[in-house]
Amino acid sequence: MPAAVEIRDVVKKFGDVEALKGVSADIHAGRLTGLVGPDGAGKTTLIRLMAALLKPTEGRIDLLGKDVVTFATQVHFNTGYMPQRFGLYEELSVLENLQLYARLRGLNPSTLDATFAELLQFTRLERFMQRRAGKLSGGMKQKLGLACALLGKPAVLLLDEPSVGVDPISRRELWAMVQALKNDGMAVVWSTAYLDEADRCDTVLMLDDGRIEFDGPPGDLTKRVVGRTQRLVGIAQDRRGVLAEALDLDIVRDGVIEGDAIRVVLNEGAEAEPVREVAARHGGRLEPAVSRFEDAFIDLLGGGPGGRSAIAEKMGVVDLGTDIAVSCSHLTKRYGDFTATDDVTFEVAKGEIFGLLGPNGAGKSTTFKMLCGLQKPTSGEARVVGLDLRRGQSKAKLKIGYMSQKFALYDLLSVKQNLEFFSGVYGLTGALRRERIDEMIDTFELERFLKESPQTLPLGFKQRLALACALMHRPLVLFLDEPTSGVDPITRREFWTHINGLVRKGVTAMVTTHFMEEAEYCDRVALMYQAKVIALGSPDALKAQVTSAERPSPTMEDAFVGLVEAADGAVRNAA
Amino acid sequence: MSGMGFSVRRLGGLVYKESLQVLRDPSAILVTFALPTVLMLVFAFALSLDQRNVPIGVVLESDGADAHELAAAFSGTRFFEVTPARDRREVAELVVSGKLKGFVVIPQDFDERLKEASRGSLVQVITDGSQPNTASFVGTYASGVVATWVAHRDGARAPAISLEPRFWFNPELNSRHFLIPGAIAIIMTLIGTLLTAMVVAREWERGTMEAVMSTPATVLEILLGKLVPYFGLGLIATFGCAMLATHAFGVPMRGSYFALFILSSAFLVPSLGQGLLISASSHSQLVASQLAAQTGFLPAFMLSGFLFEIGNMPGWLQTLTYLIPARYFVASLQTVFLTGDVWAQFIPNILAMLAVGAGFFLLVARNTHKSMDT
Amino acid sequence: MRLAAQIIKEMLVNIFDEQTRLSFIGPPLLQLCLLSYAATMEVRNVDIAVFNEDAGRASHELVERIGAASFVGDVVAVDRAETISRLVDHRDVLVGIHIAADFSRDVAAGRPASVQVLIDGRRGNSGQIALSYLQNIAKDYGAELSGSGSGGMPQTEIRNWFNENLIYLWFVIPGMAGILVMFTTLVVTALSIAKEREQGTFDQLLVSPSSPMEIVIAKSMPAFVIAIGQAALMITVGALVFDIPLAGSIPLLFLAVVLFGFSLVGIGLMLSAICETQQQAILSVFAVGYPMIMISGFATPVENMPDWLQTIAEGSPLKHFLVIIQGSFTKAMPPLEIFANAWPMVVIGIITLSLAMVIVKRKLQ
Repeated sequence: MPAAVEIRDVVKKFGDVEALKGVSADIHAGRLTGLVGPDGAGKTTLIRLMAALLKPTEGRIDLLGKDVVTFATQVHFNTGYMPQRFGLYEELSVLENLQLYARLRGLNPSTLDATFAELLQFTRLERFMQRRAGKLSGGMKQKLGLACALLGKPAVLLLDEPSVGVDPISRRELWAMVQALKNDGMAVVWSTAYLDEADRCDTVLMLDDGRIEFDGPPGDLTKRVVGRTQRLVGIAQDRRGVLAEALDLDIVRDGVIEGDAIRVVLNEGAEAEPVREVAARHGGRLEPAVSRFEDAFIDLLGGGPGGRSAIAEKMGVVDLGTDIAVSCSHLTKRYGDFTATDDVTFEVAKGEIFGLLGPNGAGKSTTFKMLCGLQKPTSGEARVVGLDLRRGQSKAKLKIGYMSQKFALYDLLSVKQNLEFFSGVYGLTGALRRERIDEMIDTFELERFLKESPQTLPLGFKQRLALACALMHRPLVLFLDEPTSGVDPITRREFWTHINGLVRKGVTAMVTTHFMEEAEYCDRVALMYQAKVIALGSPDALKAQVTSAERPSPTMEDAFVGLVEAADGAVRNAA
Repeated sequence: MSGMGFSVRRLGGLVYKESLQVLRDPSAILVTFALPTVLMLVFAFALSLDQRNVPIGVVLESDGADAHELAAAFSGTRFFEVTPARDRREVAELVVSGKLKGFVVIPQDFDERLKEASRGSLVQVITDGSQPNTASFVGTYASGVVATWVAHRDGARAPAISLEPRFWFNPELNSRHFLIPGAIAIIMTLIGTLLTAMVVAREWERGTMEAVMSTPATVLEILLGKLVPYFGLGLIATFGCAMLATHAFGVPMRGSYFALFILSSAFLVPSLGQGLLISASSHSQLVASQLAAQTGFLPAFMLSGFLFEIGNMPGWLQTLTYLIPARYFVASLQTVFLTGDVWAQFIPNILAMLAVGAGFFLLVARNTHKSMDT
Repeated sequence: MRLAAQIIKEMLVNIFDEQTRLSFIGPPLLQLCLLSYAATMEVRNVDIAVFNEDAGRASHELVERIGAASFVGDVVAVDRAETISRLVDHRDVLVGIHIAADFSRDVAAGRPASVQVLIDGRRGNSGQIALSYLQNIAKDYGAELSGSGSGGMPQTEIRNWFNENLIYLWFVIPGMAGILVMFTTLVVTALSIAKEREQGTFDQLLVSPSSPMEIVIAKSMPAFVIAIGQAALMITVGALVFDIPLAGSIPLLFLAVVLFGFSLVGIGLMLSAICETQQQAILSVFAVGYPMIMISGFATPVENMPDWLQTIAEGSPLKHFLVIIQGSFTKAMPPLEIFANAWPMVVIGIITLSLAMVIVKRKLQ
């Protein structure tokens, strides 16, 4: 059977920048093809080329045997495309969006009632048919975007990062839908930064820097690291220290925290002995772990970053003066009839990494914003280091550092000027200010970018700069709002190396995230659902709550989905 | 394969979508309905060229009966509001401070001057030249008051030559009558150019343009899908403004609504074309709105002849106004409201608007491709 | 110190960026020069249609004198009355003159002779002024013919102070300068907070130790500097390039510029604090700015407006600034009068800035 899409020697240049440097691949019908790679690897460009939205500079792409440049209209008939922001009209209702895209595909909506009903049922949006798209949650928008792309039964479905910013439950649902479509014989391309998703694809195209690094079933790549993945268990007390130690070993290619344990990938042909020694020194032991695509991905890209955080090492041990870094009691926020946060109470100890998780719209951002003083609670109170951020104002605010997913940097200022600005805003002056700025430039290797705008920095450096700006005043508590959303795994590991290092010095970190791997780094997580905290405990404790005979070793995602479904069930039973 | 060419169904879908968006988006409602109403009110009440009760001083240096009579003549006219004085120094300061727009001096030897023409002019008029328009008004009307008074005194001997003026179409010379129809053109520029530029830019910003381009819809359908609703919206706004003009502000409607419809339709062609051109060159709402203001609204306001007569401008600037579609629309609107259906004037204007519009659309066609390549 | 860092950042973002900086100089100067020539009420190039049924010398002399007048453009001779109405209808001419067959006879006989003048009421303003010019011509010629009265000596001697030849540009340029400074300042300030909100840097500022007061003060600085710089540039261009006499006190004018900038920054920041997005901010600048121009006295005098609107106009800084700048170019308005228009700008600035601060604080809650 010929390939649904044939990509041959495609080069795409934007001005002087070469986004794709000679890409060849086949996309087959009835298969789910994962398109993975770090940010800026060229994933979106490749998808747009297949959707005939861009023209290749060199090479050609045939879709169902037709050249996409010459037969663009035909391609548009045969493909369903969902762009990153879903392409929905926010003022239109769910049904109206469907009707619009039906007409745009030349279908007559009045004969399509059955199709709409089917799609709405498929996407579980029947109840929201009349709701405006702008008022849907991220997960629902994503499903509606998919439904719109499916109209007219395209032969090829192109999904550009459909799961960014979407919670694990919606992601699972979407995944199930796409599986069903693929089984009907559709060719599906799914680009993603979530490597656990790539693991479940039939075949994977891995892009890096405009080139294809791997093309084949994910298992073929994972095979390369089989036998090299190990877990260090029983070292819960100082797992951050152990991780740093392990990553410093030459034989360790990659390592991450996984709840109470540590997962490492060893170099090819390396003996595990030194790692076992590290584990033993901390009273733990080593056990083999099942290899995953992500392990192989990092391996293929040359391994993860080292375990030392230069910035954390330069910092002395910090002392909060209290054991409780962040606390909130009966924290509640109402907007009119709607309760975003409902009677939330918890305490975060000093030196702890505390995660706030939850589906879209569960109230975690509102809670987070109240904790760092960006919003005023309707009732209850939030304290940071024993101070009310809303009253103590400047004094309290000096103790916190804040970093958001948007990397709030000023693009019109140079890197150096950004550093100067943020140090100034936090009241640093004179020699101390110069010293801290130089220190940041030094440890984050920003020297060569000093005069450039943050806009032009590679993503990894942008993240470093944002972190540098948040750390110059030596905050005691860090607030990290989806800090690594949309960031590739290597950059994410580097980020967590710094956070781990800082936490070991006594800094406390509050994190919100959709990434379950990120949740694994937390000492404790609070899972929010429908404005309430439905579970609170260490990642392993949460996993234990959903462990059952048919699921002996659940993942963090299983825990998330399981606990939310259980809460849903409890509500239904009560009613 | 069916539907490869132009499809009415796809166009219908796009038009319907756009219309729903307009109805549900508060900012579109604001630009289409609220802003025009506010501007109409401001144009109607704030802009008035009808000078009356201009404050001036009358310095009576002479005590003669004739002098008093002339001073009384100044107080008697509705054009002036007189501050009487005995010494010119009293009023001179008030002119410098801007409280008076000028003053009339009836000199000590007024009676002698009246008898012997050779002694020089009867009165002296000083105006505040820092406001040239008001100054020339004061000069002209003060001379008029004096001339009338002298003629009356000379025993109503009629002047050798008299002009019998008749102001056509607007006998009371109410400036609202010609300013308000012109204002409609300015407001239409807002809808046609500003709104269109912004809604297209919004589609780029929100990523919906990318989604629509990935469907079989053609460029023509996508463009028309934008044009048709805003064309309709523009027409609705014009008729709304026309209603406001005739019913609330008493502007007569001597032409036909049919002519108004044809003229507005013709004007919307270049106006929408300009909006599309702006959005084709910038995908950001911010830049688009600024470009629309700088190249659409401002020229329409200053160079259309709505407030400032084109004939009074320097030649090079007059040439430039031929490129401003509002120029043709303002003149036609004033005619359709105040004169009637003068097709001999409308047709060249309509052709000119269509020509400018065709120019814009040519540029739009050149700059729009169904592709994200720039 | 924190404030200093904020101010430096705002300056860097708004002024030291070369592209941004140039956009505050080039386009406004171009508009000042281009549009100022448009904004004139001086009547020129008036086209006139003449239907002269009289073959006598007097009527020809009259037509000739009209044709020679400086405000007249083309004189079109027509041979029937309908042509005049058609030409007026079509806006080909502003004025139609109909001289009856017995005109010269009447003049010769010493009887009052009359001439019909039709004026296009659609262009009432120019028409009215053109008529007054025509009336002067008729009067002078009539007086000459009858050999009576003043013997060429006019009854009224008119002198225009400050601007002897009533050069319209001398009035328009200062006004235009005020308008352009207003728009730049409003746009810069109105966008300032909305921009940070959209880029996500505003939260970052709010979690820092900076107080709302510091944020508002820092945000007002660049616009303030831009307002003063642009005003100074335009005043210089007006005085040096357009040769408008700058008779008033320069320090007082500078004071007025400072206060004008202050009040504009207040209004802009208030809009910025209210608006969530940059698009809303831009629209609100239009919605506030255009009516402010209309009621400023630039296009038509404030005195012509109804009383309630004049009261509203008192709340517009542009109206006060135009009084001062027009009173400082060409004439030297007394300080007392300048202060009378200066304090309302201070009040407007204080009220709007306080509101901006309150709203920023509110948004925090």
